[in-house]
Amino acid sequence: MSKGKKLGREVAIVGSGMSKFGVFPEMTTRDLFVEAYKDMTHSVDKGFDPEDIEATYISNFSSDIFEGQCHTAPIMADWVGQIPKPATRIENACASGGITLRQGLIAIASGVCDVVLVGGTEKMTNLPTENVTDALAAAGDTLYEVNCGLTFPGLYATMATAHMHKYGTKPESLMRVGIKNHENGALNPKGQFNVSIAALMKSKQEKALNKGTPVPEWEDELAFMKDNAANPVIAWPLRLFDCSPVSDGAGCILLAAGEIARNFTDNPIYIIGTGQGSDHALPERKDLTSLTAVKVAAKQAYEMADVTPDEIDIAEVHDCFTIAEILAIEDLGFFPAGKGPKAIDEGLTRRDGSKPVNASGGLKSKGHPIGASGIGQVVEIWNQLRGEAGPRQVQNVRVGLTHNVGTTGGSGVVHIYERRN
Amino acid sequence: MSKESFTSAEFYKYLKNEKFMGTCCNECQEVYLPPRPICIKCSSFDMSWTELSGKGKLVSFTSITVGPSFMSEAGFDRKNPYCVGIVALKEGPQVSGQILGVNSKEPETIKIGIPLSLKIMEHGQGNNKKTWLGFNKEE
Repeated sequence: MSKGKKLGREVAIVGSGMSKFGVFPEMTTRDLFVEAYKDMTHSVDKGFDPEDIEATYISNFSSDIFEGQCHTAPIMADWVGQIPKPATRIENACASGGITLRQGLIAIASGVCDVVLVGGTEKMTNLPTENVTDALAAAGDTLYEVNCGLTFPGLYATMATAHMHKYGTKPESLMRVGIKNHENGALNPKGQFNVSIAALMKSKQEKALNKGTPVPEWEDELAFMKDNAANPVIAWPLRLFDCSPVSDGAGCILLAAGEIARNFTDNPIYIIGTGQGSDHALPERKDLTSLTAVKVAAKQAYEMADVTPDEIDIAEVHDCFTIAEILAIEDLGFFPAGKGPKAIDEGLTRRDGSKPVNASGGLKSKGHPIGASGIGQVVEIWNQLRGEAGPRQVQNVRVGLTHNVGTTGGSGVVHIYERRN
Repeated sequence: MSKESFTSAEFYKYLKNEKFMGTCCNECQEVYLPPRPICIKCSSFDMSWTELSGKGKLVSFTSITVGPSFMSEAGFDRKNPYCVGIVALKEGPQVSGQILGVNSKEPETIKIGIPLSLKIMEHGQGNNKKTWLGFNKEE
C-alpha cells in the first residue's frame, strides 16, 4: 500500500508534441505554441475533437519581459480554437512547465475536467543577451538575492563551488554532463543543437582550415572543454558549455481521465506520481549542495506512485547548468549525496548506462525556452515510454520521471509516469 | 506589538545611513536578514530591528565574467570579473554580497571560510543610484 496521497482518479497523457527548440527570429510565443499544438494533434493515435478539451493551462515565464505581452493564456487558447473555455497561465520561473502539468493533472483528478490541454511556450531570443541575463536574474529574489550582481549562472556556480568544497567534485565531471547531453542531443531533431562535442570540435577545425587561420588542436573532448578560447568561463567554475542556451520553443500535452484515455490511444502514458516543493532564496539555505524543494517533491511523487528511485527506468532532469544535473541525480535518490560526479564519470547516466538521464539531450543541448522546458521533458518521456524516440530510444523502459526546477530550487516539481501496455 | 515597518525600503534607508540592520523575533530571538516581518521559526508577528556587526565568513562564491547590465556599467567584464559570494554573518543569517579584496581573476585562490566585513556598495546617481552589499576580506 502506498503511504502517499492519492489522485482522486487516474490521469493519462494521450497526446504530446513540441515545436523545434532553437532560435527563430520570426516566431512569436503564439506561433511556437501553434507548432507544438499541431505536432501534438498528430500524436493522438485515434484522433480527437478539439471540442472535447475543457480547459487550457499555459506555462510561460515572461512573455511580459521578452515580448511585452502579458495575459498570455487566453491568446494561446484562442489561437488553437479553445475560446470561450477557461485558459490559465502558470509562472514558476523555469519550473513553470512541470507545475502547469501538475495543475492540469489536478483539474482532471479532482473531477472538474475530463480532458485538458497543457502547453508551455517561450520566446527569448529577440532580446540582447544582457537583457536576457537581467530577465533571468528576475527569477531570483531581486530585493535581497541577486541585487549584488549574482546572475543565474552565478547562483548555480555558487552551488558548484560548494559541491566541490564539500565533496571534492572536479570540473571534469561537470564537463562530462555536457559531453553526454550533447551526444544524446545530436540524435534529437527537435533540439536546438544537433551536434556532439566531438563533431563540434571537428567542424571548428574545418572552419579554421578553410579560413586559413591556425587550426586548433584538442587531445579529446575534455581538452576542448578546458580550452578558455573554445569554452570561456561565464561564472567560475561554470563555462559556456556548462550553461543551457537561450531558446525559443513550445510544447503541448493532451491529458485525459484514466477511464476515457483509451478512446484516444491504445497506449496512454499514466501519470502515477506528482510532487511539488518550495524553498527560500539561495543565500538563506544552510546546505547549498542539495535542493530541499526537489527532495520534498520527489518524496511526494515516489510515495504517490509507490515506486523507489531504483525503479525509475529513465529520467529527464533539469540541467539548466551541468551542476544542476549532478544535484538532480543525488536529490532524486538515484545516487547518494556527493556520489553524482562518480556516476557521471563512470557513464551510468548515459543512454546505455544503468540510469539513463536526459536522453533528449536535456536543456543543455535540446534548449531551454523556459516555459516550454518542463513540457519538453514530458514529451521525451512520452516518446521513450512508447518506444517512439527513434535513434536515441532507450531499451526496456516502463517507468519514467521528470524533474523540473525553478531558479536554484525556489520551486521543484517531480512527476512519475508509467506505460501499461 | 511593534508598530515598526519591516520593509525593504526601511532596510535600504538604514543602509544609506550606514546602519546594517536585520530583524529579530521578540519571542524566540531568531535573527533575520532579509528583514522578515514574520518569524518563520515560531510564527510570531512580534519583531524588532536589530543592528548587525557586518562580520562574517565566506560560505561559497563565484567569479562572474558575464554580469547584469548594472555591473557592466560599473566596469566589470570578461577581462575584469567580480567575485560574488554567500556570507554567513556572525549573528546567524546568510546573505549574498560582492566579495572584495580577493583575486577574482584567479578564483582558484579564493578560500571558503575566510573572514569578511561589510562594505556598503553604491553605483550611479540620483534615481539610478543602486546600493548593494559588499564584503571585504579581513587581513
